Amino acid sequence: MLAAAAAGLLLLGISLAFYWVPDAPIEGFRQRIFYIHVPIALTAYACFFWAAWKALRLLWTRDQRYDLESYTAVHMGVIFGILTLVTGSIWARTSWGVWWTWSERQLVLFLVLFLFYSAYFMLRFSVDPGPRRANMSAVYALFGVVLIPVSFLAIRLADELIHPVVFTRDVNSNLVGSQLLTFGICFAGMLALAASLYTNELTGKRLDERLSELREALS
Amino acid sequence: MTSAEKYVTAAYLVVLAVVLAYIVIYAFKLSRLEREVAELAELARRRRETQSEPEPEPEREEVAG
Repeated sequence: MLAAAAAGLLLLGISLAFYWVPDAPIEGFRQRIFYIHVPIALTAYACFFWAAWKALRLLWTRDQRYDLESYTAVHMGVIFGILTLVTGSIWARTSWGVWWTWSERQLVLFLVLFLFYSAYFMLRFSVDPGPRRANMSAVYALFGVVLIPVSFLAIRLADELIHPVVFTRDVNSNLVGSQLLTFGICFAGMLALAASLYTNELTGKRLDERLSELREALS
Repeated sequence: MTSAEKYVTAAYLVVLAVVLAYIVIYAFKLSRLEREVAELAELARRRRETQSEPEPEPEREEVAG
């Protein structure tokens, strides 16, 4: 159901982005990367928030099932993080003429956020499975979520505004109706895709765990 | 096709490629899980058969005298 919704919404959103939305005044045709890049970035943030929420639930209730849920959400967040970096890099190449620039704080902060969550896996797999590993992973996922508002606000607070800013109070720089609708559909589709992948991945990981328990019981 | 069109298309194709790669990896994982379930089912069946077989009678010791 989620997968079908994701496919339908994304197909509709991409079709609208290519055939309905007008060209942006300055960026022109290349602004269409926005409809995939920004929803992916926001979905990555949403996954990291979800991971932190599950981590908090684990630390609050000591229920070990939240450990796997938090881990799966970080896994999804990192996949969407990679896509954010790749699509952003392509957009940078066509807009600024470079694949990457270290002078932009928002790019570097997103990279730091991505590397922080990539290191989560190193921490997790360096500790034996059990409550200790679950607690350490949960605390790490909670720390990471602090970086998200910093990364998000950096786009608005940066001195050098090469990175485009949308959804501001300035009416002239905001999106027009068709752009906003297309963005909303793409964002909903991306969230549905993430939810669908999360559910499937979680089912697979739970199945893996139960099979290991069964193997131990039978051997 | 202009340069901007090429880059925009590439961005969308990269996303599609990553999603497809994920689906392929997941399909491999599913086939591994299916194989493991089959192995465990076979192990459980063998164990049940071993338990249902009648135990051999213990040999009686001959009483001297």
